[in-house]
Amino acid sequence: MASLDDLKKRIASVKSTQKITKAMKMVAAAKLRRAQESAEKGRPYSEKMNNIILNLSSGISDKENAPKLLSGSGNDKVHLCVVMTSDRGLCGGFNSNIIKKAKSYFAKLAEDGKELKIITVGSKGNDQLKRVYGDKIIANISFKESKNANYFDADKVGKMVIEKFGAEEFDVCTIFYNQFKNVITQIPQAQQIIPLNVENLEEDKSEDSYEFEPDEDEILNNLLPKNISTQIFKAMLENSASEQGSRMSAMDNATRNAGEMVDKLTIEYNRSRQAAITKELIEIISGAESL
Amino acid sequence: MSEEFKIEIINPEKSFLLKEDVTEIIVPAFEGEMGILKDHISIISFLKPGIITINSKSGEDKFYVEDGIVEFKDNNLSLLTSSILNLKELEKSKLQDLLINAEKESNKSEITDQSKYLADQKVDVLKSLN
Repeated sequence: MASLDDLKKRIASVKSTQKITKAMKMVAAAKLRRAQESAEKGRPYSEKMNNIILNLSSGISDKENAPKLLSGSGNDKVHLCVVMTSDRGLCGGFNSNIIKKAKSYFAKLAEDGKELKIITVGSKGNDQLKRVYGDKIIANISFKESKNANYFDADKVGKMVIEKFGAEEFDVCTIFYNQFKNVITQIPQAQQIIPLNVENLEEDKSEDSYEFEPDEDEILNNLLPKNISTQIFKAMLENSASEQGSRMSAMDNATRNAGEMVDKLTIEYNRSRQAAITKELIEIISGAESL
Repeated sequence: MSEEFKIEIINPEKSFLLKEDVTEIIVPAFEGEMGILKDHISIISFLKPGIITINSKSGEDKFYVEDGIVEFKDNNLSLLTSSILNLKELEKSKLQDLLINAEKESNKSEITDQSKYLADQKVDVLKSLN
């Protein structure tokens, strides 16, 4: 049995850990509110963008000459996966959920004999993937400096993806991120952004004929790259809300566990203290009796 | 009959502006400035750098944009842009920064004709604001 001193030290250390996790939980809760707000505010933009693209692509007459970002490069050989994770740890299953989703997708690709290329956004994902898929990672981007997800960063990733697509380095692009549902539930998502999956978009039944200025092709050519950045930005917003939510519940759990542990240790401490006193008393009494 | 329609300006971070009493909006469409009144035909166009002017019951608002897409349908105008600034709140120093950046961009040697054109547009507009 541990000595009284050891127990005392352990209680103190668990208590200070609890203080840290509690503080982290508070911080995450405050950040979560902001992140959630911006995720919700960002939704109209990407939804509108999707709607416009849907309207455009349904109106496009010449499917063969449609922009490559919409119709794909005609091949299905090289897959680019953009895995978006956080830069910080201690957020429960947040990163490993994304990685798990991504890895199962990678395994499927390998089975089908497709070539795989990976871009990781966020250092945690890179850390976890580079052990197994190190040779497949072509780029790692991290936005440690920027405090909040901003469109400028997303645009950088988007431009890079488009550039690589232009150079015919891949045929299909999928992004992985966590969709924020609520504080305890985040759903890892795989979303294909190139070629654009038009069928997945909500069907807008209205038979509207738009006037285009300039013509459809040109607008699409202008719009599609923006849509890539927008989708990535949306993923970043969802991700940052999910990260904070996940961290908050993880830290809440940790605080509770630390509390339980303190209780258990305190009982043990009291018991051994009592045992020591009893032992001393017995010694004194038996000493007195023998006189 | 009222001559008003609804506009919504959305940037990636948030819904930037929502107005229900707009009588006219002038946007810098790619092929030239375009004024939109109520009951305009459904249209989609994209923007070049320029000034958006919104005339409403509550007065006139002007915004500087660098890019964007405008969609008009059933008297609802949505404008998606990633860079928009209210001219009223725009400070001179910020304006100068934008101008310097735009000039730098247009003076780059390796630049496609289209981006050169856009950068020049930016410079022109920003100069006119000064």
